[in-house]
Amino acid sequence: MKVLLNGEWIQLPEHIINVSDVLKHYDIHQRHVVVEINGEILTKLEHQNTRLADKDRIEIVHFVGGG
Amino acid sequence: MNNRYSRQELFLPIGKDGQERISNKHVLIIGAGALGSGCAEALVRAGIGQLTIVDRDYVEWSNLQRQQLYSEDDAKNRIPKAIAAKNRLLAINSSVVIEAIIADASVVELEDWVKKVDLIIDATDNFETRMILNDVSQKYSVPWIYGACVGSYGISYTIIPEKTPCLSCLVETVPLGGLTCDTAGIISPAVNMVVSYQISEALKILVGDLDSLRNKLVSFDLWKNQYSAIQVDKLKKEDCPSCGNERTYPYLSFENQTKTVVLCGRDSVQIRPSLPTIRDLEALEKVFAKQEGTVLRNPFLISYNVEPHRLVVFKDGRVLVHGTKDISEAKALYHRYLG
Ligand SMILES: [Zn+2]
Repeated sequence: MKVLLNGEWIQLPEHIINVSDVLKHYDIHQRHVVVEINGEILTKLEHQNTRLADKDRIEIVHFVGGG
Repeated sequence: MNNRYSRQELFLPIGKDGQERISNKHVLIIGAGALGSGCAEALVRAGIGQLTIVDRDYVEWSNLQRQQLYSEDDAKNRIPKAIAAKNRLLAINSSVVIEAIIADASVVELEDWVKKVDLIIDATDNFETRMILNDVSQKYSVPWIYGACVGSYGISYTIIPEKTPCLSCLVETVPLGGLTCDTAGIISPAVNMVVSYQISEALKILVGDLDSLRNKLVSFDLWKNQYSAIQVDKLKKEDCPSCGNERTYPYLSFENQTKTVVLCGRDSVQIRPSLPTIRDLEALEKVFAKQEGTVLRNPFLISYNVEPHRLVVFKDGRVLVHGTKDISEAKALYHRYLG
């Protein structure tokens, strides 16, 4: 499926079904992240069971510590 | 009276009234690295009344690529960043009252400093300090502005007590690991972008224009050309231990404070004594001089080089052990040379 990820259209691989798969795909599943799908923010528990659909607008922000 | 603030006063949302307000405000900046340098210079140029800047480190060559307040002389002489920053800031604007503090920002210190200020700007390089800062901000109801960057990526969020979610609401536990300036490097545009976000929000708070605050968690990647801003109000938790109905301020309790910390961007470990100490640097210099290795002392610290390690001892008792990321190795060296 094709999704708008942080403002860019991306073709996601077949095996990606829900939000936690995307986080794993970008190797940020072990980091602290905030995820928003189509304007709706998700709690951490919802990452596991929120399925993605074609043309979803996804925003992912991950926390970093440097400064 | 010169007209140094005229262009800022012409900017309508600030105006002469806003400028007057800015000149009566006191801001605390925690950290005088890349973000701290940028934020401090911007606030001082903007005519802030008083600035307290805190840092535990000294200037090194690898800082000069992005830490805009420092020069080669500062790196050569290993001048503590707080001191080097103050000197440069006073040269930029001598009418600002600047307090430079060479110290680790931990609970006791933060609770003391926060009482005097209107706003705190986060320019630290670690989450342990940020979680303490977050609790202190909630306890004393002083807003703070989170900012961080690594590589070409940056992030910022403004935390207003009683209004927005706090950092605990957003991350729940202290984020560990992940990329640091050490592993991923950092480019100055990412720093400057975060500084711009932080200072824009700071100016809005200082002039009292809270309606104009961004109210979103913002992040960007300047190399990957990405930008994101998320409305995170929904993440505010009623039962948050830092900002919820029954607060315990968990990061202010003694048990949650680490005494050793691996520094971001450096092959170094910091060790701080569990009780406040003042080191007699002169006496220590004599001790080191009898050992193999080389010693350098300035009024603020002693640097003792014994290959492949370097120990830097500050007056407030903290020691930086360079040349290792291993906490137990660092502790062993600390005890070997400092008892
Ligand atoms: Zn909270």
